[in-house]
Amino acid sequence: MMKLLKFLLLGIVFGIIMTKSETISWFRIQEMFRFQAFHMYGIIGTAVITGVLGVVLIKRFKLRDFQGNPIVFFPKEKSFIRYILGGIIFGLGWALSGACPGPMVVNIGYGFFAMIIVFLFAIFGTFFYGIIKDKLPH
Amino acid sequence: MHDFFTQTWTWWFSGLTISAIMFFLIYFGQRFGFSSNLRTICAVSGAGKKVPFFNFNWKTQIWNIVFLLGAVIGGFIANQFLSNDVPVQISTLTIQDLAKLNISAPTALQPAELFSWDAVFSIKGFSILAFGGFLVGFGSRYAGGCTSGHAISGLSDLQWPSFIAVIGFFIGGLVMTHFIFPLIF
Repeated sequence: MMKLLKFLLLGIVFGIIMTKSETISWFRIQEMFRFQAFHMYGIIGTAVITGVLGVVLIKRFKLRDFQGNPIVFFPKEKSFIRYILGGIIFGLGWALSGACPGPMVVNIGYGFFAMIIVFLFAIFGTFFYGIIKDKLPH
Repeated sequence: MHDFFTQTWTWWFSGLTISAIMFFLIYFGQRFGFSSNLRTICAVSGAGKKVPFFNFNWKTQIWNIVFLLGAVIGGFIANQFLSNDVPVQISTLTIQDLAKLNISAPTALQPAELFSWDAVFSIKGFSILAFGGFLVGFGSRYAGGCTSGHAISGLSDLQWPSFIAVIGFFIGGLVMTHFIFPLIF
């Protein structure tokens, strides 16, 4: 149980960040897709730039995790079609519902219970992908 | 200090803390990727008996489900204790654009036109929520990740597949916002 507690705490902090940065807001996602404010780009940009620096440092100094194991990054499978098609489908849903999977559940905790519908159908969507995945180009 | 936490967090602080969450997960031997939980939930529900894609050892993913539960609690805490009840301060240009689609200016974090009970219990409102969620769930698995797995984790590791996926996210988002919204709202 104690092993899991740290993930619960990180999740709580993540939920607070998503809310207070207003990343969970449909309005903010609209503003982003209309290029009418820097807010969301600033958030993602800062996370990515500091992320790139951190990953470079981890690799450069061969840093280890809390159990002393080397930290390794696995390259994602090489392909084009699945990333572009999957990405486009995801983007259509992201703009429509104003939420990606993380913000969906944060919204539910916040009290926007309509997001329960969005989240349940996201599970159905993943389930449907699992059923037809062998028929899709990857 | 209290004001600092209750007002909208500025972009650089939000971005830094998101990046910190990713590095804490890496330090704890895991990877930041939220949409994997959707697949895990299918597996836990027994979908693996019928569909091979869900037949995997989901017990290795319990940490991520716990992270998800934490995120729900975090949303609750942010609303109860860190809220200042100021509506989202979006650009006036966005407010004007949304007004043309009959969506009123923010009075809270989310538009009532989409997330109120009235919306949920209308056929159109329900369909928007259901269809939006379905596309996110389908697309994230097809693309092998969502905003956290690709846009944050993948781009941080300069992975080409993640760059393609993020381009896809934006193509989809722009098409929905600029071409499909005028047809449905």
